[in-house]
Amino acid sequence: MINSMFVGKSILNFFVVFFLTAASSFAAGGGNNYVKDYKFSFEGPFGSFDQNQLQRGLKVYTEICSACHGLKYVPIRTLGDEGGLGYSEDQVRAYAENYEIFDPELDDYRPAKPTDHFPEIVDAGAPDLSLMAKARAGFHGPMGTGINQFVKGIGGAEYIASLLAGYTGEEKEEFGTVFYENTAYPGRWIAMAPPLYGEDVDFDDGHSNELKYEAMDVAAFLTWAAEPKMMARKHVGLRAVLFLILLSALLYATNKTLWAPIKKRAA
Amino acid sequence: MAGIPHDHYEPGSKGEKWLHRRLPIVGLLYDTIMLPTPKNLNWMWIWGAVLTFCLALQIITGIVLAMHYTPHVDQAFASVEHIMRNVNGGHMLRYLHANGASLFFIAVYAHIFRGLYYGSYKEPREVTWIIGMLIYVLMMATAFMGYVLPWGQMSFWGATVITGLFGAVPFIGDALQTLLLGGPAVDNATLNRFFSLHYLLPFLIAGLVIVHIWAFHTTGNNNPTGVEVRRGSKEEAEKDTVPFWPYYIIKDVFALAVIMVIFFAVVGFMPNYLGHPDNYIEANPLATPAHIVPEWYFLPFYAILRAFTADVWVVQIVSFLTGGIIDAKFFGVLAMFGAILVMAIAPWLDTSSVRSARYRPMLKLWFAILVIDFILLMWLGAMPAEEPYASLSLIASAYWFAYFLVILPLLGVLEKPLPQPMTIEEDFNKKHPPKEAIVSSSPTELPAE
Repeated sequence: MINSMFVGKSILNFFVVFFLTAASSFAAGGGNNYVKDYKFSFEGPFGSFDQNQLQRGLKVYTEICSACHGLKYVPIRTLGDEGGLGYSEDQVRAYAENYEIFDPELDDYRPAKPTDHFPEIVDAGAPDLSLMAKARAGFHGPMGTGINQFVKGIGGAEYIASLLAGYTGEEKEEFGTVFYENTAYPGRWIAMAPPLYGEDVDFDDGHSNELKYEAMDVAAFLTWAAEPKMMARKHVGLRAVLFLILLSALLYATNKTLWAPIKKRAA
Repeated sequence: MAGIPHDHYEPGSKGEKWLHRRLPIVGLLYDTIMLPTPKNLNWMWIWGAVLTFCLALQIITGIVLAMHYTPHVDQAFASVEHIMRNVNGGHMLRYLHANGASLFFIAVYAHIFRGLYYGSYKEPREVTWIIGMLIYVLMMATAFMGYVLPWGQMSFWGATVITGLFGAVPFIGDALQTLLLGGPAVDNATLNRFFSLHYLLPFLIAGLVIVHIWAFHTTGNNNPTGVEVRRGSKEEAEKDTVPFWPYYIIKDVFALAVIMVIFFAVVGFMPNYLGHPDNYIEANPLATPAHIVPEWYFLPFYAILRAFTADVWVVQIVSFLTGGIIDAKFFGVLAMFGAILVMAIAPWLDTSSVRSARYRPMLKLWFAILVIDFILLMWLGAMPAEEPYASLSLIASAYWFAYFLVILPLLGVLEKPLPQPMTIEEDFNKKHPPKEAIVSSSPTELPAE
């Protein structure tokens, strides 16, 4: 009987542990790319966005990335959201006017308003960056088990930062297209020319603009762009977990008290 | 078989009597909730309640999500982003729904393996088991179609691969696939019908859940000993059982609360862990992802599907015997559905007269291997189709079939079962020794704890 109890319990344990580790067994491949495990302020259950970092990242995006990459799912007004970049209404309005938007009603271009989305850019053939931080996994495996992602996170931001800082300077030409060697890119040769070299952008808060920091800042900004409700989500998660732990404790006591007469059967 | 004898609902007040004469619905609910339940159920009996909760969670979150979702190839992906960014609490709704599907499958696998271990599928619970298997198949169909709705890359290519399986059916395959897709390829018609069916199937599941519960309320629950509740008289039955309310409802709710702690930690802190990053890229029929991988809960059967390639001799023999009608592709499809079918007919494959593996020393071992086999298949389903994974998949698939088709029938003959307790009460008292009344016995006679 003890043996079968053990089997029963271990099945239960297995399913609980399994949910948290091995279930995410997707990461086939991976290849020869190297993604550095940068530390970001928003990691972990208690981590939150660093408002200054997001604002610096927006500046990198605006001055450099936005030449080719759009953010079509991100409404400009969300730059004023709490827990994100936290700009004032006037700042958001002023920022929006940087962009020219095609308005089908006017049948013409006009300066963007906060209610517009960031423009979609298709001409450059570069992917939209709205969800890039969730559409890439920095970490895989080991052996397709998903344990690395459980420990380090999925690693979208780490992948972006590693990619931007991962150019070796080597290039090659194939069929008229130039490819650049990048240590973070799966397959090593990427069509995007190195966008950042360090000291490309002057930060308003006086933060260092070394390549590493520029890359991390824009990766943080893109993480916000992909998951603007992350802070709200973690707050809900934290409150739910604490509440449910308390509820579980009360229910445990209720259950124990309820069953006591059945189990003890005091005569 | 007569049900377990117990007290039935007696309408008390005038109003209750009035209603009871016309519609005995209160009596039905009373009898359902007060069902005598074996008092020795262990923690593996909580999953039914968890599953009921999951179904309710998925239906409620799903109905609200459907209010904001647009089933059109040009707008589906954007409407999901709209839910994530603009709808009040939309990000939580969507993450609850997506991770709710995973919890649903964790619970259903735990529930199924519990049934396999304790022989819950055996006489007289075959109908309960078959209905359960139908629910499981409907769950898979629902989950598959739900995963297509966000219209990401994995949605699109997963749909292309899985619907392609139906194209492998001889003679009618092409027509079947076209019917399923609403056209020659995965497109707007596919998305529309999948949305429609994804909304419909959960209600069929809910209907089957009621029948599932009805069936096992007729036979009574199985329990870890597999020994039936005594039904000679109400007094006798009461020695083996407790009423479902409050004893098991409180226990199940407690277990559910603990599971919810983990669930909300996942939803709150790592909601995309069980998803695939590629599904945050909008579907593009012109760009095939490097690896098309189904959701984790399909992986064991996906591994079985891929295991039977054209170079496997069983496949070659079958292909030769059928004149090529059953080719490697169709064989794989048959194997995948067969893997579920053999599970469904387990009641007739298991020849042992003993229900619970607790008293079946040999089955215990083979069952443990089956669980490992299932996990192995899940892992193999996520690996690329190359060596050594291909050979391992074949071995693991073969064991899955061997367990049901060879081991279960043979063990009934070969195995010498251990003695079972006479009654549930005996088993329960062994675990919870009755305390003698302290006043009537000397302290030295107290049983050691």
